[in-house]
Amino acid sequence: MNRLWALIKRYYHRLGSPQYFYDISTRFLPWLVAVSVLLCGFGLIQALLFAPQDYQQGQTFRIIYIHVPAASLALSAYLMMALSAAIGLIWKMKMAEIIAKVCAPIGASFTFIALVTGAIWGKPTWGTWWIWDARLTSMLILFFLYLGIMSLHAAIQNTQTAAKSTAILALVGVVNLPIIKYSVEWWNTLHQPATFKFMQKPAMPADMWMPLLIMMLGFYCLFVVLVILRARCEIIDRERRSRWVKELILATKQD
Amino acid sequence: MQFSSFSELIQMGGQGIFVWSSYGITLLVIAINVLSPLLRRRALRKEIKHSINREVRQHESNS
Amino acid sequence: MLNPHPLPSEGKAFVRLLMRDLVAAFRHRSDWMNPLFFLLMVVSLFPLGISPEPQILAKVAPGVLWIAALLSTLLAVDALFLQDYEDGTLEQLVLSPSSLYLMVLAKVVTHWLVTGLPVALLAPLLGIMLNLSGDGLWVLTLTLLIGTPTLTLITAIGAALTVGIRRGGLLVSLIALPLYIPVLILGTAAVVAAVDGFAYQAHLSLLGAMLALALVLAPFAVAASLRISLSN
Repeated sequence: MNRLWALIKRYYHRLGSPQYFYDISTRFLPWLVAVSVLLCGFGLIQALLFAPQDYQQGQTFRIIYIHVPAASLALSAYLMMALSAAIGLIWKMKMAEIIAKVCAPIGASFTFIALVTGAIWGKPTWGTWWIWDARLTSMLILFFLYLGIMSLHAAIQNTQTAAKSTAILALVGVVNLPIIKYSVEWWNTLHQPATFKFMQKPAMPADMWMPLLIMMLGFYCLFVVLVILRARCEIIDRERRSRWVKELILATKQD
Repeated sequence: MQFSSFSELIQMGGQGIFVWSSYGITLLVIAINVLSPLLRRRALRKEIKHSINREVRQHESNS
Repeated sequence: MLNPHPLPSEGKAFVRLLMRDLVAAFRHRSDWMNPLFFLLMVVSLFPLGISPEPQILAKVAPGVLWIAALLSTLLAVDALFLQDYEDGTLEQLVLSPSSLYLMVLAKVVTHWLVTGLPVALLAPLLGIMLNLSGDGLWVLTLTLLIGTPTLTLITAIGAALTVGIRRGGLLVSLIALPLYIPVLILGTAAVVAAVDGFAYQAHLSLLGAMLALALVLAPFAVAASLRISLSN
C-alpha cells in the first residue's frame, strides 16, 4: 500500500512537468482514442439498435444514453476543474493550471449537450421544452458558471493572473453548486409536486442499463481524450520559448 | 435488433426527429471539441515555426 | 523606547475606513442615488410593459422587485473597488498591515449601507406600486434586508476579480449572476409564501444562513482576488 502511494506521488509530481505530460500523452493518446471509439461505438450501436424502448416513452427513451453521461460529465468536469485550479493556486503547479483552464470549455460543451438533449427529450415526454425543476435549473446555473469562468480567463492578458483569478472563481462556484441544488429543490417542493421522474420503473432491466454503462465509460474516456488534446495545445503555446518545444516543432512534418 | 428495416430506424415510431436531433447535436458538439484543438495546434505550429525562422535569420544577420 | 506611532488596532482601522467611505459616498451622492432612481423607474416599467391588472402585478411583484434590487446592486458595483483602484488607494489598502479581510468587510458594509439598505427601505413603497398585499410587503422588506448584504458580498467577489480589467462591468454581472440565483430563489419564494398564506420562516432562516456563510467566506475570496488582480 505504501509502495502504491509512493508510486502515485512520484507520477503525480512528474506529470506536473508540462514536458513529461506531453511526452506521456503522446504515447497514450492513440490507445485512449481507440478505447473511446470502441466504447462509444459499441455503446451507440447498443443504444440505437438493440436497447428496448420504454413502454411509456417509446423511442425517445434512447436519448437517455446521451443525456445521462453528458450530465454526469458536466458535473465531474467542474469538480476536476476546481480541484486542478486549487492545486494550481496552492502549489503553483503549471500543469494543474493548464488542466483547469482546459476543463472549462469541455465541461461547458457537455453541459450544453445535457441541456439540449434534456429539452429535446422533454418535449415529447412532458409536453414542454423546459421546466424549472431542481435538476434543470442547477444544470443551467452550472452552464453559466462555466461561461463566467471562460469569459474571465479570456479577459485577463497575463497567464498567471488569469489562472489564479479563474481558480478563485471556480472554487466559489463549487460552494454554489450544492446551494443551488438545495435551494431549488426547496423552492420546488413548496410550489410543485414531485417532479416527473425520467425512469418510471426504479430498476431498469439489464438490456436497458447495459448500454448506459458502456456509454458512460465511453464518454469518460472521450473526456480524457479531449482534455489531453487541448492540454497539449496549451503546453505548446505556453512553453513555446523552451528548447524541447522548438525541437518538437522543427522535427515533425506538417500533419 | 429493435428495428426490422432502415426506414424504421430513421422513423423511430414517429419520434425519430427527437432522437436523431439529440444524437446529431451531440456528435456536432463533440466534433467541434475534437477539431478545435487540432486546428489550434496547426496554427501554433505555423506561428512558432515562423518565429524560430525569424530568430535564426536575426542570429545570422548579427553574427 | 516605545514606538511613538503604534499601528491602529484592527477595530479602529475598520471603523476609520468605514467612516472615510461613508463620507466619500455622501459627497458623491449620485453614485448611489442614481441606482435608486433606476430602481424606481424600472419597477414602474413593469405594470406598463406587462399588464396593469392588479392580480397579475401582485403575482409577479416579488420576482420583479427582487430582480430590480439585484440589478441596482450590479449597477453600483463600480463604487466598490474601481474608484479606489483608479486613484491608487486600493493598492494602499491591500499593502497596508491591517487585515485585508476587515478592510474588505468595511468596504462591503459601506456599499450595502448606500445601495442595499435604501432598496430594502424603499421596498414597501415599491411593493404598493405593484399591488403587493400587507403580509407580502413586510416579508419583502425583511428578505431584502437579509438578502441584499449577501448580494453585495457576492458582487464584491466579482468586482475584485475584474478590477484591473478594462470594461470589467459586464464581466462582473456574468460572474455574479449565477451566484445570486439561490438568494433570489429563496427571497422570492419567501414573499410568495407570505402572500399565499404559507409559512415563510424556513426561507428566512435559509436566507440568514446564506448571509452567514457569505459573511464568513466571501471576504476571504475578495481579499485573495484583490491581491491577485493588483499583482499585475
